[in-house]
Amino acid sequence: MRNVTAIFKKQLKDTIQNKTVLIQFIMFPLLTLVMNRTIAIEGMPENFFVNLFATMYIGMAPLTSIAAVIAEEKEKNTLRVLMMSNVKPYEYLLGIGSCIWFACMLGAAVICAAGGFALREGLAFMGIMAVGILASLLVGAAIGTWSKTQMMATSITVPVMMIFSFMPMLSMFNDTIAKIAKFIFSQQVSIMLDQVKALRLEMDNICILAINMVIFTAPFTFSYKKCGLA
Amino acid sequence: MSDAITAKDLSVTFAGKQVLKNIAFAIQEGEIWGLLGPSGAGKTTLVKVLTGQLKQDGGYAGLLGKDTRELRASEHGQIGIMMDNFGLYDRLSVYNNLSFYADIYQVSHDRIADILKSIDLYEARNTAVSKLSKGMKNRLSLARALMNHPKILFLDEPTSGLDPATTREIHAILREEKKKGTTIFLTTHNMFEAESLCDHIALLSEGNIIENGAPADICRKYNHLNKLQVTLKGGEMILVENNGTSALRIKEYLEKELIQAIHSTEPTLESVFLELTGKGLD
Repeated sequence: MRNVTAIFKKQLKDTIQNKTVLIQFIMFPLLTLVMNRTIAIEGMPENFFVNLFATMYIGMAPLTSIAAVIAEEKEKNTLRVLMMSNVKPYEYLLGIGSCIWFACMLGAAVICAAGGFALREGLAFMGIMAVGILASLLVGAAIGTWSKTQMMATSITVPVMMIFSFMPMLSMFNDTIAKIAKFIFSQQVSIMLDQVKALRLEMDNICILAINMVIFTAPFTFSYKKCGLA
Repeated sequence: MSDAITAKDLSVTFAGKQVLKNIAFAIQEGEIWGLLGPSGAGKTTLVKVLTGQLKQDGGYAGLLGKDTRELRASEHGQIGIMMDNFGLYDRLSVYNNLSFYADIYQVSHDRIADILKSIDLYEARNTAVSKLSKGMKNRLSLARALMNHPKILFLDEPTSGLDPATTREIHAILREEKKKGTTIFLTTHNMFEAESLCDHIALLSEGNIIENGAPADICRKYNHLNKLQVTLKGGEMILVENNGTSALRIKEYLEKELIQAIHSTEPTLESVFLELTGKGLD
């Protein structure tokens, strides 16, 4: 646990200095605040921008951040040195993962505040965000572990991130995309966020989300076994 | 004294090419052991095998009596490694880099200030690593390797590309570590570093150890000329036999106060390497 805490602290200090990662946590919460306050179109669903940007945030921020962090550590050999310094791979992943999850949750709290939810609704919103961020982290960790360099991580992350971030939005305009999108976690998160005010959770939403998370552990395990951390 | 590092018939092959061939040696605790060879000789590969970063194809590599393929986290905690690629966190300050490793090794944070003072980086403690010079990064990398009071220190080209003053500082730190009983394994292609620092060296060429021993012993072994080079005050240099037959001649020069310097004709490590391989060290 000491190593996990040390890695968490190190990552927090590093993230504050890392503008390219930091912007991931700031961009969507800021956009939500601005768009939610400035744009109001007649007939627009309630909290449209909150739910839209929250879903995009889940599809982008955790995934790109953790992939970038792990790939950078591999490229610069800091991860190799860590693996030779009394640190076990799961401790590293827990430390990095928990730090990015924490940073993402701070951003989620800002989006939640923009939504002006009541306490119970807000807690439900944050709960859904927490699970969604976790699923996205798993995908990002798999990409980061697979990649030898940051460049490689970016080239894999961009298309994957586009699928998870934009499919829920595109599914609003196209039935075929909607049929496909319902199998991915970000679409389920989007549906659950739409129902936050009703404080209702459908079993099939939870099942698809859970299956997604189980499925995402497979590429991560494969990447880890094939490439290792160092 | 027991062996800190051992290698027996160690072989490594990459893409069908044998990079290390039947390497064998034993390094005693508290020794500074240098691996001297040109770029591409297999020095870094050997360090990677000995530190468990790379698995050998054949033979045995042991660290503190354990097979390096079976090293656990606790055993890794007893070694310090300074590789040519630094592995430092660029955006973090000098202090925060060491503070992180102090947490990992569960070392008191008081040690950070002590170690920064000893490597002359205390004034730069709040500077981001990305803003340090190569020499400062090297010293910080060494400081990180020393954080856990390692029993064995692996240094891969620790002074490569550094100015003479920084090189001397690093050598002084390493001599201090030796006094504390740390076993030091270093790779270098700098013969002066090997001669001045190491108790024992091995010459590595194309994956083979072609000679090993104390630097002075190796030079004496290949002193085929066995002559004395006398430099006279006028600048003239003469070679005389290194035996009794030259005594009268040298006495005569001494009486006439003609001698500026007398040197033996022992070869340098570089010329030994050249004699054995037909290639230089660079």
